[in-house]
Amino acid sequence: MQHAVIRTMESVHHIKDEEIAVLLNDLLEQYGYDFTDYSFASVKRRLQRVYATDRFPSFAEFRYKVKSDPVYLTYLMEQITVNVTEMFRDPGFFLTLRKSVLPVLATYPFIRIWHAGCSTGEEVYSMAILLEEMNLLHKAVIYATDINETVLEKARKGIFSLAHMQQYSQNYQQSGGQRDFSAYYSANYEYAKFSEKLSNKIIFAAHNLVTDRSFNEFQLIVCRNTLIYFNKDLQDKVLHLFSDSLEQLGFLALGAKETLRFTTVAPLFKPVSQKEKIWRKISI
Amino acid sequence: MTSLPKLLVIGGSAGSLEVLLQLLPVLDTNWPLSMIIVIHRKSDSDSLLTELLATRTKLPVKEAEEKDVLMPGVIYITPSDYHLLIEPDYSLTLDDSEKVNYSRPSIDVTFTSAAEVFGDRLYCILLSGANTDGADGLATARELGAFTAVQDPEEAEVSFMPRHALNSTIVDRVLTIQEMITFVKSLK
Repeated sequence: MQHAVIRTMESVHHIKDEEIAVLLNDLLEQYGYDFTDYSFASVKRRLQRVYATDRFPSFAEFRYKVKSDPVYLTYLMEQITVNVTEMFRDPGFFLTLRKSVLPVLATYPFIRIWHAGCSTGEEVYSMAILLEEMNLLHKAVIYATDINETVLEKARKGIFSLAHMQQYSQNYQQSGGQRDFSAYYSANYEYAKFSEKLSNKIIFAAHNLVTDRSFNEFQLIVCRNTLIYFNKDLQDKVLHLFSDSLEQLGFLALGAKETLRFTTVAPLFKPVSQKEKIWRKISI
Repeated sequence: MTSLPKLLVIGGSAGSLEVLLQLLPVLDTNWPLSMIIVIHRKSDSDSLLTELLATRTKLPVKEAEEKDVLMPGVIYITPSDYHLLIEPDYSLTLDDSEKVNYSRPSIDVTFTSAAEVFGDRLYCILLSGANTDGADGLATARELGAFTAVQDPEEAEVSFMPRHALNSTIVDRVLTIQEMITFVKSLK
């Protein structure tokens, strides 16, 4: 049999589907993390990457490491969940928030926003900047949650790589931002630390969409590019959690390729922007 | 007895659109496989590419949406900025994780994922491009029983990608555009 000359993580070291199921069961029984309703192909791919990167000689050894080493578990959790994000990602979405959503929220005495699956917080800080620019930050609080403590710790610090700032600044401008973006952070070597004026209005906390319940009522829930990793049943369950956590006429914002179509909550919402994936809960 | 579904995945980068514009028109409405096309491109060009390809073929063309179940005789275009994975029940998953080979969508990711589900019922073709994407995916797919081919680098507008694949792994066929047309038409 011929072997490739150079092979990357994508190709070597295959874990069998049954072994994935065993590992997911361990994570559930031992640690209470339930990935069984996640997209199987995505979880499998990410577990395979970890398995290959860390060069485990066998699945049994991988499994033992996960079961016996809590530090490794934390690392694995970070690797299983996708934590790719950027500030003002999809600028058109943030422009629509500026134009169509926040002016409505401005009429409330107090604004509560929930960012579910916030990862390292780039979109949360983007939201805080929007609120600041519309003079709403003083009466707003943003709850930003993720299943993963490690990313939350990063998010709390509000420190992002300076190398990304040029791209983020462009996104910011395309989202309707007219100020000097660099005024929101202080640069220090290769890092940009965002103003505490922003982070003071954000509460970062662990929340597992699979197992945890609603914890407040919001006027806006943002959950972008998290539902794509869930199977249909779990998507429906989480969408009901969102619906139950929204005030009447509250807004729900999803990722660019996510939709309420064909879900059981669809009748409870009307679209605000089909393109930018924003819906509004209709009164019953 | 109904036979199990089969899948053709075509991956391409710079210079691959022209190949598709020659290949897709020759397929008849009864072409029986599902087809996934993974092309590297800028964001925002999704609907344009899908519309353009739809005008050139009798088969239905749609942008792949998450949870779509692969149907025979349908061409799915992978959206920009997402990897496309295939679930064991033939439904599609979009994934916005890190770029692979500086690419999202990555051809490697879809070749690999498709092979894990389809095995020897998968056909992979890698077209023109200036990137190393696709080579590892072809290797894995072949290991899992898939048929693999690259566009003849002599004919490719940008030969780097098919040539890189040929240099790094074994493929079943090297196809000129004419041979590719004959081959794809003959699939059943």
